[in-house]
Amino acid sequence: MTAILSIRNLTVEIPTRHGILHPVSGVSYDIGAGEILGVVGESGAGKSMAGNAVIGLLNPPAHIAEGEIWVNGARIDHLTGDAMRRLRGKEIGMVFQDPLTSLNPLLRIGDQLTETMLAHLDISRAEADRRAVAALEEVGIPGAAERVASYPHEFSGGMRQRVVIALALCAEPSLIIADEPTTALDVSVQAQIIALLKKLCRERGTAVMLITHDMGVIAEAADRVAVMYAGQLAELGPVRDVLTAPHHPYTDGLMGSTPLASRGKDRLHQIPGAMPRLDALPEGCAFHPRCPRVQDACRISPGPRIEDGAGRAACLFPMTREAVA
Amino acid sequence: MALVDVRNLTRIFDVSKPWLNRVVERREKSYLTAVSDVSFEIAERSVYALVGESGSGKSTIGKMLVGLLGPSSGAVEIRGTDLARESDVAKIDAVRRDIQMIFQDPFASLNPRWRVRDIIVEPVAARGGNTDGMAEKLLEQVGLSARDAGKFPHEFSGGQRQRICIARALASEPKLIVCDEPTSALDVSVQAQVLNLMSDLKDSFGLTYLFISHDLTVVQHMADRIGVLYLGRLVEEADPDALFDDPKHPYSQMLLAAAPQLDSFGRDVPPPTGEIPDPINPPTGCAYHPRCPLAADICSQKRPEMREIRGARVACHMAE
Repeated sequence: MTAILSIRNLTVEIPTRHGILHPVSGVSYDIGAGEILGVVGESGAGKSMAGNAVIGLLNPPAHIAEGEIWVNGARIDHLTGDAMRRLRGKEIGMVFQDPLTSLNPLLRIGDQLTETMLAHLDISRAEADRRAVAALEEVGIPGAAERVASYPHEFSGGMRQRVVIALALCAEPSLIIADEPTTALDVSVQAQIIALLKKLCRERGTAVMLITHDMGVIAEAADRVAVMYAGQLAELGPVRDVLTAPHHPYTDGLMGSTPLASRGKDRLHQIPGAMPRLDALPEGCAFHPRCPRVQDACRISPGPRIEDGAGRAACLFPMTREAVA
Repeated sequence: MALVDVRNLTRIFDVSKPWLNRVVERREKSYLTAVSDVSFEIAERSVYALVGESGSGKSTIGKMLVGLLGPSSGAVEIRGTDLARESDVAKIDAVRRDIQMIFQDPFASLNPRWRVRDIIVEPVAARGGNTDGMAEKLLEQVGLSARDAGKFPHEFSGGQRQRICIARALASEPKLIVCDEPTSALDVSVQAQVLNLMSDLKDSFGLTYLFISHDLTVVQHMADRIGVLYLGRLVEEADPDALFDDPKHPYSQMLLAAAPQLDSFGRDVPPPTGEIPDPINPPTGCAYHPRCPLAADICSQKRPEMREIRGARVACHMAE
């Protein structure tokens, strides 16, 4: 499997008055063609920050301090603003949480689609118009030929998110970063959007980074999952293995605290405390103050780092269990 | 007798354009029926959950229960008293004291300029009650420290703030707490802490909850009885086991199939079709018929009545 996106030892820094914070620290993973990598974690775990670093949308003073980002075999983390702008939309498509704020309210959606295509592809205006209709049809918007002339406010939330996906896909990027694409949507619409993302990813061989806090969405959509905690990668592996037999105690706690039909009405498992603030990360493993399996070594050493392909959990004493078939 | 008795509750909002626009553009007045003919009962010391997608009217029902909105028709009776029609002020006051509410957003529902102590005792202080040491005691009951009483809301995380909201709701020793999406803004590990806390408090204080949520797994975990809403109408009401094992209304079936499950690896089910219709011009007959796989002629002509089917109440012509 060739990797579309390779992140190596990525570290993002935010210099503040109280010292340098690391919202993303030493993260490495690959996404192959046609693969959906789910990135999951609680708020503040650094999952969106890692996505923004890839697409070059870090808000200053946040910046990439260390590490490499490769897309299609080309290194992109040191590109200048102009070169990055040519890459965005062309190589990397982006789908954000709120579809209303990611569309221009004053432009017809057809114009927003053709604008993107004309900027990135060497095609005529007429060809772009034709492809805009085809793109809307592909994401399942009924009456696409007429709807290209509509404004974003004339669409429902689910339809708007379809338009945003069409927009992300119209220049045929090899990688899509979807940051909480279904969080603002209802359950039935969420199921439609996930099915759409999966279908397009399979058909076109697009790599997808699916950032979400919802374990159910990950289980349904992702091939592999990366669990983040306090800016670090806690666990990385095939989705079935990670979710049914977690190796990292944090993943285990996260799964235990999710209400599940089979558990009935018993008390939910609680992870005591809360995720540490970035300016007060504990020594050693970031999870050790909340970990039920903590040992002395955890307070000193941060544990092994996950390199893709080698190692699954960033834990000194991982839980070794067999995945449920 | 049930603690809460909701009968034929309806709420209509006037969503017309301003008068001048209507005259110039020759438009009729338009009305949005947020809640339409909903009836249910909540037994004392139970958890009744309302689930539905956005626009299904679940929050509007919650607001009518606590009296933040008045019903357009129908009635909410709490311990036999209809707050909207009762004229005895003392009686209204006694019932009001028994109802509290917890909101979704713990950042917006706490006054940023008040200390936590003042926030928590407000429901009692407003009635001139004695509040000595009350905030400290409640803070410990919800898993915070008594020293937190002197702090301001911004010094707490989202989960801790929701605990403060719960402490405030408990201050007036209510019987009924309306919880409107109490954990939707929280992370899953914090959500587990808050849900466990709510279950514990229910047992120790003898509380009754109306639990409003869009999250089916949370509802299944918490509820004793579940009402499923679609476009302001109650389409099915059942116990959690009955609803999740054997949903009878086609909408409940669709909702359960669409919800992502933790064990649904690589599931490829056909996603549901269509979207929630415009509530200003709802479909005739059964509101779900344009999306329903079972729809027959009668469904577009006649609104289905609630029927008893194997312990569940279902509003569907075709369900068996």
